[in-house]
Amino acid sequence: MGSLFDLIFSTTFGYSVLRVTTPILFATLGAMISIKAGVVNISMEGTMLTAALTGVVISGYTGSALAGLIAAVLIGMLLGLVLAYFALNLKTNIILAAIAINLMASGGTIFALFVISGDRGISSSINSQMLPRIIIPIIDRIPVLGGIFSNHNVLTYVSLLSVVLVYILLYKTPLGLRIRAVGENSHAAESVGISVRKVQYISLIMSGAFAGFGGAYMSMGYVSRFSTDMTAGRGFIALAAEALGMGRPLGVLLASLLFGAADALSTSLQRFRIPSEFVQMLPYLVTIIGLIIYAVRQSNATKRHKMEDRV
Amino acid sequence: MEVYLEAMEEILRMESITKVYPNGIVANKNVDFSVRKGEIHAIVGENGAGKSTLMKILFGMEQPEEGEIKLKGETINISSPSAAIRYGIGMVHQHFMLVPSLTVAENLVMGIEPKRNNFFFDYKKAVQMTDEVSKKYNLSIDPKAVVDTLAVGKKQKIEILKALVRGAEILILDEPTAVLTPQETKELFEELINLKNQGFTIIFISHKLKEVKQITDRLTILRNGRSMGVHDTKNTSEQEISRLMVGRDVLLKVEKEPAKPGKTVLKTNQLSYYSDADTPVVKKIDMDIKTGQILGIAGVEGNGQGELVDLLTGMKKASGGHILIHGKETTELSVKEVRDMKVSHIPEDRMIYGVSGDGSIEENLISDRFDEKKYNIRLLMNVKKLTELAKQLVADYSIRCASEKQQVRMLSGGNIQKVVVAREFSSEPELIIANQPTRGIDVGSTEFIRKQLVKLRDKGTAVLLVSADLNEVLELSDSLMVMYEGEIVAYFQDASVVTEMELGLYMLGLKRMSEKELGGVMSG
Amino acid sequence: MVRRIFFETARTIVAIGAAFLLALIIIFSVSEDPGFALYHFIVAPLTTMRYIGNILEMTVPFIFTGLAMSMMFTAKQFNLGAEGGFFIGAVGATAVAITFEMPPVVLPFFAILAGGIAGGLGSTVPAVLKAKLNASELVSSLMLNFILFWFGIFLINNYFRDEMAGAMASYRLNPDARLFRILPGTRLHFGFIIALLFVVLVYLFLFRTRWGYAIRMTGQNIKFAEYSGINTTAVIIYSQIIGGFLAGIGGAVELLGMYSRFSWFQSPGYGWDGVIVAIMARNNPLLIPIFAIFLGYLRIGADVMARFSDVPSEVVAIIQGIMIVLVTAERLLAGWKHRVVVREQMKLEELKNGGLNNG
Repeated sequence: MGSLFDLIFSTTFGYSVLRVTTPILFATLGAMISIKAGVVNISMEGTMLTAALTGVVISGYTGSALAGLIAAVLIGMLLGLVLAYFALNLKTNIILAAIAINLMASGGTIFALFVISGDRGISSSINSQMLPRIIIPIIDRIPVLGGIFSNHNVLTYVSLLSVVLVYILLYKTPLGLRIRAVGENSHAAESVGISVRKVQYISLIMSGAFAGFGGAYMSMGYVSRFSTDMTAGRGFIALAAEALGMGRPLGVLLASLLFGAADALSTSLQRFRIPSEFVQMLPYLVTIIGLIIYAVRQSNATKRHKMEDRV
Repeated sequence: MEVYLEAMEEILRMESITKVYPNGIVANKNVDFSVRKGEIHAIVGENGAGKSTLMKILFGMEQPEEGEIKLKGETINISSPSAAIRYGIGMVHQHFMLVPSLTVAENLVMGIEPKRNNFFFDYKKAVQMTDEVSKKYNLSIDPKAVVDTLAVGKKQKIEILKALVRGAEILILDEPTAVLTPQETKELFEELINLKNQGFTIIFISHKLKEVKQITDRLTILRNGRSMGVHDTKNTSEQEISRLMVGRDVLLKVEKEPAKPGKTVLKTNQLSYYSDADTPVVKKIDMDIKTGQILGIAGVEGNGQGELVDLLTGMKKASGGHILIHGKETTELSVKEVRDMKVSHIPEDRMIYGVSGDGSIEENLISDRFDEKKYNIRLLMNVKKLTELAKQLVADYSIRCASEKQQVRMLSGGNIQKVVVAREFSSEPELIIANQPTRGIDVGSTEFIRKQLVKLRDKGTAVLLVSADLNEVLELSDSLMVMYEGEIVAYFQDASVVTEMELGLYMLGLKRMSEKELGGVMSG
Repeated sequence: MVRRIFFETARTIVAIGAAFLLALIIIFSVSEDPGFALYHFIVAPLTTMRYIGNILEMTVPFIFTGLAMSMMFTAKQFNLGAEGGFFIGAVGATAVAITFEMPPVVLPFFAILAGGIAGGLGSTVPAVLKAKLNASELVSSLMLNFILFWFGIFLINNYFRDEMAGAMASYRLNPDARLFRILPGTRLHFGFIIALLFVVLVYLFLFRTRWGYAIRMTGQNIKFAEYSGINTTAVIIYSQIIGGFLAGIGGAVELLGMYSRFSWFQSPGYGWDGVIVAIMARNNPLLIPIFAIFLGYLRIGADVMARFSDVPSEVVAIIQGIMIVLVTAERLLAGWKHRVVVREQMKLEELKNGGLNNG
């Protein structure tokens, strides 16, 4: 167990937590915006997957990682738009519409990859580009801190910055006020002439954009290729992280880090004598345990309240 | 005065408006409606007469099948609430359109937010705007208060301010006094007259004729989705309005014999309930209902009546005190266990609790007894018997429908309530807890339901009647209690001696009986 | 009532039509010889007994997971755990079929039962979390799918793995546990009959028993159900456990009918197929076999097409997605429906008025 302790408190581990947190954090921020507007987006999984493939294909085709990133974000926004159209215009149940997107993405990416490159499942014949890593000037020199925080993929920094941006968006801008109003009482927003549909469209498109960033990171940062179902449930974990973070930007960051840590641990633990299946299970197990703790706390809060009030 | 009224220009006209809802209900049929600048114009009609629909059309929330709207002589197309707002039409909804977790200022500027650096939301400016407009129209309010914490009257002020700050010239108020105390109502009327004097046009939707007489200049009567004409308020008597509203003279006097109370069915002892909001909602209530007796609970809505009913029926668990039915403690029992003690319950909100709108009439009629032995043959339900039961109830309670397999959602409000009543009254109840049993339904159904209640009482059923409709409680109750802020503030063993005036004083918290008086009467 | 069925049917037809149209466009744009590809996609699957057998044998897992999903959807529980339930059900059946010696008929019975219990136990987790703690069954069931998958793999790897088998696979199943074939020249097995039996059972359960009634009312309006005295906490739990049970039975039947060893090292995805089938069937158990066959036909058609032409079989994923969103798109055709309703009511009004004037 001593070595496990060493593992968790090593700089490498700290570094890898940030590395694996990045896609979860993007997806969680996206989920949070959609939920704030009262339209839960559970198609983050499929959207990330589609964006991951798009990034690989476009960066391979143009030779530019930036073009790949832009294309990935655009395709994410497009899928957000499609979800919004079905849910808001055609009144499809938003969960079922999102399931449809996830199903389409899972098979559709394989289909598209094959049609485009002839590759089956893994984009080995596409010469895709990687997004650059960034060395942060001063921090890089500081011992432990530099090892953890410097030399990450550019999108890791973007994801951390996004937490602040999302906070500003939601709490310091007119659009944020509208998003919160629409999510809490859409009739109220509607009654003052705010187009609920428009605000929800914008929110779903933004959540798609975040999924796009997450997807681009997966295939052009985390690894350097696309592979079948490579998002492996991260889009779903995001929903749990949103709930655990209680829909607040800081809470969401901490919850994402927790799941990231579980994920990182599962990679590191493979060195120890724990059955690999359990290690693989860890992030999902942590998610469920996190959900339970959150729910217990919620229901205890209500109960305690009642007990105190008892006469 | 007459001449002056005639001289006022017409500002808005709605012509032959027809609206059919997707469920087939014809809410408006060829309705004409017009208002003049600077008047207070009432739209009166029973619940379901089409008042709200007509106003939703005017405010762009619904689109009519036929008809057109003219503003200052020009035909306009009101495609959405924001279009209505652009045309200077503002609406104060019956259910407030506020976001509880936001502050007054945030609610007020929602949609027209002031900006800083052309990007950020300028909260300071929003507070300032709120201050200015509230001073200008003499509607005082704290801009930084969180809406959730405010009283109903204040919330309504925010709604009026919301319309004014957006430049409304025509204000629609949908039953604005329904949730107000008399003091708040008085204050509201002063504010409305003040606004009228400043040139605002006010459309006042109500079915409270006294208020209509008191404050409006003209009135349009709707019945069954059709217009029954426009009248000058001061030349029209309340009786006449009422006749036009319901199509005949209201004769809702339910004939009943004096009660013959027997032994106690329901008894509570210091029953209390605290909500999460740190406030006691039901405070130490003692009551006692006997067989063959209707005990009425009067009170302005939201004084704990709903919670009291939920406690008695097992839908909420008490924070303190005891409930005894036939002498047996039921405080901790489930809804099912309480129902098994022959307790029936007509819920306050029929579409949320009373029925499943997507289910058939039959499915809705059997929800309290589908698992009884006599309707099941071992593992399977006795479908034939259940259908027979449904057919019988549809006939007995004259539920107007195509067949008992029809979706409940497709029925009219009165018929939906009859489905609820048919189920609850047909289970041979020994105690009926009826919460607003006739709210929002047509006169025919109301009369039917009230007569049924009295009939059941005569057969020995104990009835607890909770109603915000003073006529209803006074008409039906044998004994009467008044609830104010979660407490019983008055008890009359003989309800027939109580006057409306006296009741009013208790309901508004202006007067309350002493512990001794309450206790004395109850044990007596 | 009749009108509702009419419009629902119309929407299904439009959805299927639109999905096929899109498939057509895709095939035409990616294939060198679209006519050839289309022939293999649409006609070929119906030309040989073997393909028809393939369609029907594929229908079996679809029916079970479709029933599982419609059970949970009827209760308005968005538990998407049929995937994990199916997988762990197959593992459970494997364990019994390898471990025990019992006569034919008895052994498969217990193996299938074990599969069902495994699936039911699995979905107990999201069910109880939802009912007792109000935790989202959507998220927990999705997480559970991954956990059950790895747990199943763990069991197979550590207790039932045949090191001699070359590829990763379990020991051979006891032949007595296997389900026999029922259609010569195909692999269609007795599981198909079991599936149809369950269609009837689930229909009877949902529409003819008091527990099914409680599930339907809870799904339609949970507050009404509570007010009526229905124990909705119990409904939330048992609807999901039965759902997991059905998925588990599906996994067991599929394994015993189609395989001689457990050799899935990737989740086969039938849980999601169940979602598709349940949605297409509007959660009506009696319609589930029809849409299960339809989906099987699509899949086999796509496989045949992929084998003979240059179009990959995953084109089906796109067709499925389009069908789901359009079938559930409430507003699709709503304008048409509204016009019909308005016309009917206007006619009724005129009749009423005419009657009054005459009278």
